[in-house]
Amino acid sequence: MPLSGRRVKRPGRPGLLEVTYLPSILKGMWITLRHLFRRKVTMQYPEQKWTLPENYRGLPALVRDQMERVKCVACFLCEFVCPPKAIHIEAQEIATGVEKGPKVFEINMLRCIMCGYCEEVCPEQAIFLTKEYSTVGLSREEMIFPKEKLLAMGGIRPDPIKKWERLTSGQAREERAPEPAGAGRSAAR
Amino acid sequence: MTGTPNPLAAFTEDKHAIEQWILTTRLADYVAWGRKNSLWPMPMGLACCAIELMAMVASRYDVARFGAEALRFSPRQADLMIVAGTVTKKMAPAVKRIFDQMPEPKWVISMGACASSGGMFRSYPVVQGVDEIIPVDVYIPGCPPRPEALIEGIMKVQRLLEEGARAAHERTPAPRPGPATAVR
Repeated sequence: MPLSGRRVKRPGRPGLLEVTYLPSILKGMWITLRHLFRRKVTMQYPEQKWTLPENYRGLPALVRDQMERVKCVACFLCEFVCPPKAIHIEAQEIATGVEKGPKVFEINMLRCIMCGYCEEVCPEQAIFLTKEYSTVGLSREEMIFPKEKLLAMGGIRPDPIKKWERLTSGQAREERAPEPAGAGRSAAR
Repeated sequence: MTGTPNPLAAFTEDKHAIEQWILTTRLADYVAWGRKNSLWPMPMGLACCAIELMAMVASRYDVARFGAEALRFSPRQADLMIVAGTVTKKMAPAVKRIFDQMPEPKWVISMGACASSGGMFRSYPVVQGVDEIIPVDVYIPGCPPRPEALIEGIMKVQRLLEEGARAAHERTPAPRPGPATAVR
């Protein structure tokens, strides 16, 4: 017995019209017909593409500065922070002698989850998430992107700080020189 | 028979005239054309990627434009398996069995980071890539990939079919299920 105390009424036998199914068919056809005159929602994908928001996170890529230098200094922060551990870096010395550079920089795009932690953690602003969202591959090896490919994907982003000019001209060393010896952090400890 | 024009005169004079009337092709190409425009996917939806899979079938992305809208929940009727989601070791035997039940020719799309390589789940209950149990033709990165990326993957399978490429499970011997080999 239902809790409300009322019995649900059993539906009666269908009428003659209902037995023919015609009202239901017409009702359904009317809905189909109405949709013909509504706004079309289908996006014709390969020809027509979605306008991505400014902060869209697609595949990550490395960038160069305005002098076409590799911005990455192989500090391994992105490799450390990457949740699926998709990044693999090997460091090397570079010609200027003041910084390191990546010898090997690989991102396994099949591991990558496009979280953007690498972009967020990068102190040199060398890695960015592009707006690439429709890459597919035929093998796993093909989807491990090497340094050259990542740099080609990223292109050039100007570096407003001009760190390299300061480092190589010795300007930075001069700025640091007036500090009295022992005033640094090492002495405070 | 003087006076009546020969109706086949055009064809006897010019041997190539018949090509204006009849389209010729190789049987293999014809079959491939039919297959590529009627891929019936088996939706192996195991996690959140399946939501994007459903979005691809829905009206905005409308995969019916590529002839692949007939999602078959019976492996016997499907010829393209879309592994969408995390393949756990508990689910792996079922995935393998469903793949084995599909009739030839069959293709496999590994959708998303988890299915392709294990993604962020570098742990013991997760298969580190579905290609450790079944051969995969197309890998799609993303977490989850956009429906566009999945359409791109289906177009890749169509292109493989067009070129007459053999499916991965025919090219390579079936991978042996076992401990994760190359965890990268």
